[in-house]
Amino acid sequence: MASTAAVPFWRAAGMTYITYSNICANLVRNCLKEPFKAESISREKVHFSLSKWADGKPQKPVLRSDAPQV
Amino acid sequence: MLRQGSRLLSRSVTAASSKSATARAFSTELPSTIDSTFVESWKKVAPNMDPPQTPSSFMKPRPSTASSIPTKLTVNFVLPYASELSEKEVDMVIIPATTGQMGVLPGHVPTIAELKPGIMSVHEGTDIKKYFVSSGFAFLHANSVADIIAVEAVPLENIDAGQVQKGLAEFTQKLASATTDLEKAEAQIGVEVHSAMNAALSG
Repeated sequence: MASTAAVPFWRAAGMTYITYSNICANLVRNCLKEPFKAESISREKVHFSLSKWADGKPQKPVLRSDAPQV
Repeated sequence: MLRQGSRLLSRSVTAASSKSATARAFSTELPSTIDSTFVESWKKVAPNMDPPQTPSSFMKPRPSTASSIPTKLTVNFVLPYASELSEKEVDMVIIPATTGQMGVLPGHVPTIAELKPGIMSVHEGTDIKKYFVSSGFAFLHANSVADIIAVEAVPLENIDAGQVQKGLAEFTQKLASATTDLEKAEAQIGVEVHSAMNAALSG
């Protein structure tokens, strides 16, 4: 009993709505004039640290960031 | 799945008839009465404990729909990082829905519309304010409140035409040379967004 509803091309290619929406937003941001472009890029920077746990203790954290590692 | 269909249907019908006192038509009308038979049986079993709350008891009553159509549309336009318009009373907004440019007047039919990259314009008297919206959703409610959410929305003056042309050329080329489905989809998105920005700047 397959649903035959028309899906958007990105959904058919295996992309989720969030991925599609984020790609659109990034493309728009890249086409902004300065200084708006620099503002928006700094606003969207992501920086987080991730640590896996083993035996109830956190292991060495991995830092993920847009900023280059110092 | 169809085999179970009749069983599922009959199950929901019997459930509804047993709770006929609280049969609800639309979410705009919340049951104000609590199911009294349940409360009585609860008190018999656990007289010292309050009966459990249900999610609907925590909900604020839905705003009622005015009997006459209001003269102004209340717009809430939000982005993840800022509230661009908050409860602004306007005459009309034109939103770039996937089904085409949609004009929203006060008293619009309640609608949920997915937005495509395009221009959103807010009309207030003789002022028209235009934003280029990257994508998002618009929720139009029965009480003439429009909630528009977008990931990126920029005034048209902030877009660099040169970058748009460059991007359009780049993605058109990528679309032609794409191999996997995912690459094709990404290139297609690039072409769509850049052509929309191009049209916005020139239109």
